[in-house]
Amino acid sequence: MKKTLLATAALILAAGAAMAEVKVGMITTLSGGGAGLGIDVRDGFMLAVKQSGRDDIDVVIEDDQQKPDIAVQLADKMIQSEKVDVLTGIIWSNLAMAVVPAAVAQGKFYLSPNAGPSALAGAGCHPNYFNVAWQNDNLHEAAGAYANTAGHKNTFILAPNYPAGQDALTGFKRFFKGDLAGEIYTQLGQTDYAAEIAQIRASGADSVFFFLPGGMGISFLKQYADSGVGLPVVGPAFSFDQGILQAVGDAALGVVNTSQWSKDIDNPTNKAFVETFQAEYGRLPSLYASQGFDTANLLISALDKAAPSDADAFRAALEAADFSSTRGAFRFGPNHHPIQTIYAREVIKEGDVFTNKIIGVALEDHADAYAAECKM
Amino acid sequence: MIGERWINLAVPLALLAVPLYALMADEPFTITLATRATILALAAVGLNIALGIGGLVSLGHAVFFGLGGYAMGILAFHAQNYSPLEIGPLTFAGTKSMPVIWLVAVIVSAMAALLIGALSLRTSGVYFIMITLAFGQMFYYFAISWSAYGGEDGLSIYVRNGFPGLNTLVPIQFFAVCFVVLCLALALNAMLRASPFGLALNAARQVPQRVETVGLNPMRLKLMAFVISGAITGLAGALFADLNRFVSPSMFSWQLSGELIILIVIGGVGRLMGPVVGACLFVALEHWLGGLTDFWHVWLGVVLLGIVLFARGGVVGLLTGKAGPHV
Amino acid sequence: MSLVLIAEQVLNGLQFGVMLFLMAAGLTLIFGVMGLINLAHGSLYMVGAFAAAAVAGATGSFLLALVAALAAAALAGAIVEMVVIRRLYAAPHLDQVLATFALILIFSEGTRWVFGSFPLYLDIPDWLSGPVTLPGGIAYPLYRLALIGVGLAVAAGLWWLTARTRLGIQIRAGENDREMVAALGVDISRLYTLVFALGAGLAGLAGALVGAIQSVQVGMGEPVLILAFVVIVIGGIGSIKGAFIGALLVGLTDTLGGIFLPELFKLFMEPGAATQTGSALASMAIYILMSLVLVWRPSGLFGARA
Repeated sequence: MKKTLLATAALILAAGAAMAEVKVGMITTLSGGGAGLGIDVRDGFMLAVKQSGRDDIDVVIEDDQQKPDIAVQLADKMIQSEKVDVLTGIIWSNLAMAVVPAAVAQGKFYLSPNAGPSALAGAGCHPNYFNVAWQNDNLHEAAGAYANTAGHKNTFILAPNYPAGQDALTGFKRFFKGDLAGEIYTQLGQTDYAAEIAQIRASGADSVFFFLPGGMGISFLKQYADSGVGLPVVGPAFSFDQGILQAVGDAALGVVNTSQWSKDIDNPTNKAFVETFQAEYGRLPSLYASQGFDTANLLISALDKAAPSDADAFRAALEAADFSSTRGAFRFGPNHHPIQTIYAREVIKEGDVFTNKIIGVALEDHADAYAAECKM
Repeated sequence: MIGERWINLAVPLALLAVPLYALMADEPFTITLATRATILALAAVGLNIALGIGGLVSLGHAVFFGLGGYAMGILAFHAQNYSPLEIGPLTFAGTKSMPVIWLVAVIVSAMAALLIGALSLRTSGVYFIMITLAFGQMFYYFAISWSAYGGEDGLSIYVRNGFPGLNTLVPIQFFAVCFVVLCLALALNAMLRASPFGLALNAARQVPQRVETVGLNPMRLKLMAFVISGAITGLAGALFADLNRFVSPSMFSWQLSGELIILIVIGGVGRLMGPVVGACLFVALEHWLGGLTDFWHVWLGVVLLGIVLFARGGVVGLLTGKAGPHV
Repeated sequence: MSLVLIAEQVLNGLQFGVMLFLMAAGLTLIFGVMGLINLAHGSLYMVGAFAAAAVAGATGSFLLALVAALAAAALAGAIVEMVVIRRLYAAPHLDQVLATFALILIFSEGTRWVFGSFPLYLDIPDWLSGPVTLPGGIAYPLYRLALIGVGLAVAAGLWWLTARTRLGIQIRAGENDREMVAALGVDISRLYTLVFALGAGLAGLAGALVGAIQSVQVGMGEPVLILAFVVIVIGGIGSIKGAFIGALLVGLTDTLGGIFLPELFKLFMEPGAATQTGSALASMAIYILMSLVLVWRPSGLFGARA
């Protein structure tokens, strides 16, 4: 069996050298309620590939339906029958946990355009795993830091009761120096927050931090705005992203959120990205689109130096992160997660469109808390 | 029209032929797909004992599927971390051996089926459907918030568990294991049908009063069917977890319970080969339609609707030209 | 925890219950009259919310949006009934589950096809926004009070319809003996289309009303569908009164469980772990309630003996 494996590998190498083509497998969410995120990552990624003018990058895109078992099956398919060199695209942490460890163990490279679970940043880190977005805790940590500078002394925090939610509150508390007026875990997928809002009102808090991704955040913000509680709200960018901001409407105005990207970050790459994305797809890019775009540009920068078949050289080229990011300065820490500046943004209205404006820096050159546990 | 006996012979042979062909054509992913179909078929064969013979429409069989999966996940997790598994005063070592994991999966899911069955069988009809769904939701939410074993992130097992004498990492060998288990379950199912127990159960589904008058307890018959059914679905869950090398709460989701029912209805309710035909068609549709368009769920829906409306008795019913048993 | 806060939370529980009733009423009506398990009820709820968001976006009028939601969902319901559901009345429950599951797939992805993958905007109108102060000093959102009002009105309207009108008599007769009603000259298939459209319209109305304070997105109907099923099963299938009581029970259990269970666990656990365990148990609470009710009364609280 080993012999046949080697023979197959040799065959692939020969074929790869002959065509000099790189195959990228993108597993992302393109159907169901979470499709908006996957579509943004895909569109950002493909825009960068198109702009590079390279026709030797073959991207295979598949829909994981936000189901871990489907994602695993697609990863098997891409590795076994498509014979991809690089995998990317996964949006959700639980799907990443299902796919990434097995994929990198089989010698594939994985570039994460979104999910950054702590297990993959710490003890479970891997030389072939690169996170281009953030470690999951980063934006919450920045929210904690921002709450300090904004002078919040007694804040009420809430998140859904699942690992990413627990990480969010831990991340916030890691940097927040004030007191907690209350800490609640809500149900995953919950749509009615009347009870939680009543608790916030009664708690005597001076501010609120929440992490409720997707539809949960839309529901919470609308109900919170209508309740008249009116305390300042801080959150990570996920609930204030370009895709869903229009659905929240006025309820989001003035809310401060933390993000490593914003459409008004002042650098030529970002300006060009926002313009070309809008021209190509007819909508403003989101955080996720910028992450897809950066992921593709990182990949292309590495391909300029080495082929994935030469794993060591390709890895070194990825580590160098020699590309111009929409975020400005970008580099990897020792565990292949970004060290980057995280901004505080405020939701504003530009004409008819709700969007974000940077109001300050929340954390400068911020690395994640797990890098020390990573041994590679 | 074809006799059902021929179908019973042809379907397993066809399922066996696909991966063998894929092996020669060097398309390992096709083997993975066939393995997936085989395991889903096994889960549905389990459900079909409760549903097809016993008439118990359970919308909570994902409970057993998930328990089997977590039995594998938890045992293998402790084995790969070299940490002991402590339950109260007892301490166990984890294991990476498939037979041991299977045994645990079967026992755990049978016990859960006994408990859930004893409570649920007090109800009937739609209430039975809904109470089994309620149990499924309880397990689902419990698994999501159980942070010791990954919560919603689930548990990754990096290397597939071993079976004595085989290298289960080779797709075709793992397929062989699953296929043999499926055949055994089918044989068990066929034997059950023909046994006095199966006949009495069949009667208990149709006219419970008559079964009672001849001195049998229809409730006990149904409970036994439910337990056997749950145990087989639990075994399938352990295999499914091994196929993906991953378990997560989505194995407990009501959508999965629904999918198992769908497999059976597509194939034909109460038919021996119904679940197998249904699982193969479902996996093939999912794979083929998913490659065609972003909005493939619409077409999957249309195909399912067509089967319900125009192919009563499922595909097996269509082939044999006979209506299936009424559930 | 102050008494005022507890009172407010009880009010929240009741309001959530009334919201659930709006969704469950149509479901239990369809179930009771036609014996049909309609998994696609949540899709009709979604259709209502999307229609409302589209019309509110185009005209700016919330009332028009509500009318549109009702009409769009009722129309979708009538079409679905005539094309698909009509063939399933005599079919076993299994076929109904499968067919209506297929309808969910078609509705969900079809909606995404038409409206795109991003949530839509729908907000409460100005004249209903903001809190009002209730006796006892509770500041409570006016819109939620209005929801309670609409829910009670729908409950009363349904009671009036089934108990006092000719249509209601036919519906109740149809529940008991479909052949006899047909023999008496009632056009039973028109009656069924009408009932189905009515149930669908109620779902659509609920979708629009709830969509204004939640997220209008694809897949919004499914969690609601499960809750609505829990409600009608607890209440007893086919009973409007049962659905109402069941909805209030579920609303109160879910809301109060979410608040008091973590507090309860804090008495003997450290706060972080207590919050997690309590929340986990709270998310299971309504399902535990449902299985307890069914073990105690196998046909729900107000169901006819199965």
